[in-house]
Amino acid sequence: MLKVAAVVCLSTFALNNSTEAQALNGTLRKIVETGEIVVSHRDASIPFSYVDDKQRPVGYALEICLKVAEAAKRELGKTDIQTKLSLVNSATRIPLLLNGTVDMECGSTTNTVERQQQVAFSMTYFVTGNRILAKKSSGIKGLSDLRGKTVASNSGTTNLRQITEINTRQAMGMNVIAGKDLAESFLLLETDRAAALVMDDILLSSLSANSRSPDDYQLVGEPLSIEPYAIMIRKDDPAFKAVVDKAMIDLMKSGEIESIYKKWFLSAIPPRGIVLNLPPSEALRKAWAAPTDAAETEAYR
Amino acid sequence: MNYHWNWTILSAPAPDGSPTYLLMLLSGAMTTVLVAACAAVLAILLGVPLGIARRIGGPIAGLAAAYVEVFRNIPLLAQMFLWYFVFPELLPMGLQTLAKQSSHAPFVLGTLSLGLYTAARICEQVRSALGAIPRGQSMAGLALGLRPVQLYRYVLLPRAFRMIVPTLTSEFISIVKNSAVLLTIGVMELTASARAMQEFSFQVFEAFLVATALYLSINFVIVALMNLVERRLVTAGVVDGISGRRGSQK
Repeated sequence: MLKVAAVVCLSTFALNNSTEAQALNGTLRKIVETGEIVVSHRDASIPFSYVDDKQRPVGYALEICLKVAEAAKRELGKTDIQTKLSLVNSATRIPLLLNGTVDMECGSTTNTVERQQQVAFSMTYFVTGNRILAKKSSGIKGLSDLRGKTVASNSGTTNLRQITEINTRQAMGMNVIAGKDLAESFLLLETDRAAALVMDDILLSSLSANSRSPDDYQLVGEPLSIEPYAIMIRKDDPAFKAVVDKAMIDLMKSGEIESIYKKWFLSAIPPRGIVLNLPPSEALRKAWAAPTDAAETEAYR
Repeated sequence: MNYHWNWTILSAPAPDGSPTYLLMLLSGAMTTVLVAACAAVLAILLGVPLGIARRIGGPIAGLAAAYVEVFRNIPLLAQMFLWYFVFPELLPMGLQTLAKQSSHAPFVLGTLSLGLYTAARICEQVRSALGAIPRGQSMAGLALGLRPVQLYRYVLLPRAFRMIVPTLTSEFISIVKNSAVLLTIGVMELTASARAMQEFSFQVFEAFLVATALYLSINFVIVALMNLVERRLVTAGVVDGISGRRGSQK
């Protein structure tokens, strides 16, 4: 009798399982069928997603993604689903996401309107922007203080293009010079050949954190541009997007995302124990308070 | 695969300032052609004398052999990095600044590197073609009173060139394909443009399919031109080495 009951139980369970899988579609269905959810990571996108000195993938975006994966498992009511990590780079992230090798791309991928033709993005977890880095001793407090000064940026970047445009449009009389790479551009500021350096804030923070005297520099003024980073998922998969979005909103509303942020941007991080010392920007605080998956700059001002 | 094809992307404006993505890829193709053409000229100007030097013998042949072994045994990518990052350090100060700051430096140094690499390969082809000519021909030439320079100019080199036309065709095609390595030092050639398009628009397949079609077109043109050259060079009554094409009596 007991045996029969067990068989009935099992078959009902199996039946439940399959009907459930059929009711689901897209990524959620794939996760249930394969029993795993695949999260991508990068190898050197510090501090978002990178491999540390013990060869473990770590980072701010990765930690958020792993939380989202756990939430998805809870949502599906299946805690036995495995989370698998898979390495991608900026060239492979699209094909590997679209052919189903990875389910969530977590790194430093910018959400843009153009990219939304191909993929979907969840809620913004980080906002980078074109910012100004100056020496504390220079007294520069914002864009207006740069009038007539020498300003450096990186050659061939949108940052350089933007500061050149601003210079022309607002007739600021700045002498804009271009460094060949990050190190050379920073050297221009360090040796006072330039009064300020204009680049993505995250790059500026890591440059000054790695410099000889990190305390001499500070980020000043409003961001000149906005680039929202978000988890990338497949397009036209509303059920999975809803699960990811909800998990992201929960992280933001509970304030958990802020403690994760503090861990990666305001404390010592592996492998060398450097502190990036980048407090959340105004735009990022706004994105946490009112979660959004918008790519448009206006949503973050 | 959950891919969203969107061929209209080709007519959308590109963020690098090009009016459309297609024009961005075409301008990349132009750079590829320019790099390949300059590198090919350099490779021939250097490779042919090197091949002759290896044939002549003596210390000069030793130098040419050393050149070949250095340039063909190091990966092209590694060579290009050496030319771009290390070579400028060895220049006198004025030139050094120019090599580091000029926006043309990646193009010039990359093309130089590709040309020098290919020269080693062309040198070997010229050497083996010269070696394939029956010894009797040189002897006959010398017996007629030709000086060694005249022997090479009027007898050996014309025959050798006809022999290497088919392998030169492959070499030119290789130069076009190898020019993609220049993207690693920042030259916006065809592959680099396709990658940039992929980064901006995420339309990976469209970008690389167009790039593929452009590479194929460039190389088909090369093959057609070289076939024409081969046909023009056929000598009446002579079966030419590798091609086996026999000229008709006119």
